[in-house]
Amino acid sequence: MSLLEKSFELARAENRALLIGYLPAGFPTLDRSILAIKAMAEGGVDVIEVGLPYSDPVMDGPVIQQASEMALANGFKTRDVFKVVAASPAPTLVMSYWNPIERFGVAEFSENLKKAGGEGVITPDLTIEESQSWISSTDKEQLHRVYVVAPSTTDNRLAKVTKHCSGFIYAASLMGVTGARRDVSSAAQSLVERVKKVSNTPVCVGLGVSTGEQAREISKYADGVIVGSAFIKLILDSKSESEANLKVKSLATELAAAVRR
Amino acid sequence: MPEALIGALDELSRAHQEALSDPTFQVELMELHRTYTGRPSIITEAKRFSEYCGGARIFLKREDLNHTGSHKINNVLGQALLTKRMGKKRIIAETGAGQHGVASATAAALLGLECVVYMGEEDTKRQALNVARMKLLGAEVIPVTTGSRTLKDAINEAMRDWVTHVANTHYLLGTVAGPDPFPTMVRDFHKIIGDESRAQMLELIGRLPDAVLACVGGGSNAIGIFYAFLNDQSVRLIGLEAGGAGVETGKHAATIVGGTPGVLHGTRTYVLQDGDGQTRESHSISAGLDYPGVGPEHAYLHEIGRAEYRAITDDEAMEAFSLLSKSEGIIPAIETAHALAGAMKIGREMGKENGKETTLLINLSGRGDKDVQTAAKYFGIPL
Ligand SMILES: Cc1ncc(COP(=O)(O)O)c(C=O)c1O
Repeated sequence: MSLLEKSFELARAENRALLIGYLPAGFPTLDRSILAIKAMAEGGVDVIEVGLPYSDPVMDGPVIQQASEMALANGFKTRDVFKVVAASPAPTLVMSYWNPIERFGVAEFSENLKKAGGEGVITPDLTIEESQSWISSTDKEQLHRVYVVAPSTTDNRLAKVTKHCSGFIYAASLMGVTGARRDVSSAAQSLVERVKKVSNTPVCVGLGVSTGEQAREISKYADGVIVGSAFIKLILDSKSESEANLKVKSLATELAAAVRR
Repeated sequence: MPEALIGALDELSRAHQEALSDPTFQVELMELHRTYTGRPSIITEAKRFSEYCGGARIFLKREDLNHTGSHKINNVLGQALLTKRMGKKRIIAETGAGQHGVASATAAALLGLECVVYMGEEDTKRQALNVARMKLLGAEVIPVTTGSRTLKDAINEAMRDWVTHVANTHYLLGTVAGPDPFPTMVRDFHKIIGDESRAQMLELIGRLPDAVLACVGGGSNAIGIFYAFLNDQSVRLIGLEAGGAGVETGKHAATIVGGTPGVLHGTRTYVLQDGDGQTRESHSISAGLDYPGVGPEHAYLHEIGRAEYRAITDDEAMEAFSLLSKSEGIIPAIETAHALAGAMKIGREMGKENGKETTLLINLSGRGDKDVQTAAKYFGIPL
């Protein structure tokens, strides 16, 4: 059993949803991103999702766009993501758009991630139809492959896509891009229910989730809650690194309490 | 491509396939082209410009005379009719030079659709006149301030809008790039350029041209004129990319000449990118060619050797811009001037090689009204 699967098992035993926290590698700098991830874990985030900054993040809203631009401007390189994964104190997945992975080399990327202790990869813009090389290299390295499904995904396609997912299935709470929203749309729950009909893999809900209240709501029907932009926003708005990490830790604590059922 | 858009892309593919085989759709589109676009567009022989092309006979396919001033309207009217067919009420578009934005705003006004145009902030400055035109036509123009603030970032922003409003919105993509079915669909709406030209050339000179030339940004005007000639092996197909300050300087938008294979905006094609797969900023004096990707069909035609691609620098394009204006009384778009500069080179080369008369057909993709400010600045004409 992988560390990720163990985390789900533990959460289930404690009657709570899993809490997944997202931060981009290299934001605002490599060292600071590692410390922020540690703060997230100390606050109670179970699993870390490390973003690989990309120049054209079409599925991301303004906050992650800004963070990615800052990371790239500060010299982030693809191989840096493995340093962040290796330094992460919790089970860790990478989230990456496809072109940087392909450019690095699909097999090399998988090998390096495995060596760094990574659990798997979330690929927001890769379709299963384009996944041949990806499936074989992640299978070889025994990495989890997480695809994103959306409220617009048909039942037919849900069955096809989820067959290739392992670890968990990323359910986008709404039609749109990442970024905090005031309300979690009702589309999230019906999507989770539809996924549950075709797959036994855990389902985690992300996109737009930023508060304890929203996390509590989602925990009632999903196996995990994913929060990203809200953490980044805290870092962007802080005057110092120590202030940023304190705030990150305290949001993680608030969310960790909220996911208990 | 994000899974969230697969449904919309499938829906679009179906609508496109159905429309292709629906005679009423084709009749409606043809009637619009005849009574609104002004098709068929004429061919003009450029007898005086010929002098700068090694004496080759030069024929210009006058897409600049289309309503709204460029080839872009061909695709826009087609997709706008598809939008109605799909029962959607809102279109969004990206634009670089503003020509596609203006054409989209025009079609939206004509067909009663809501229209939002995303345009890089940098481009809203160099194409200010077109921003005003879009607003006069009733469209909303949203300046994009992320990344390089040009065409690629406008596409990113349009994709984000689309994934958010996909239920009632059609993304009217303006070139032969992006995810399937856009490259094929946009080509189908532009192939009328080549179909008309091929027949017109046979009528005018009784034979096919020796080469067909077009500028290549995303590649829509080029594939539009190339397509009818693909099986005519005697006809060279030549695409001219934006060489900016020179491909060797790294400041250019010549994606096939100076790029590497990758994935951008849901298409596998040539991309300007660094060793990490991060998209590099493109540079060109022409906003419409300033894109770090290119249509996948051009990548394919390049790989099989059916079409050739070359880079034209800013300075070469501006020289051709000036020469055509002064020798023919036609002010071309700066995008188009890249194709004209290509004709100056190819005409001289082919003249020397075969020693007999050479005939070149050039897609005059657009007129230069929108570029008067940029050109005046370039040539030091006070405004
Ligand atoms: C007049 C004109 N020609 C060419 C282009 C480049 O687009 P494409 O390569 O798709 O024809 C543009 C784009 O704005 C344009 O306005």
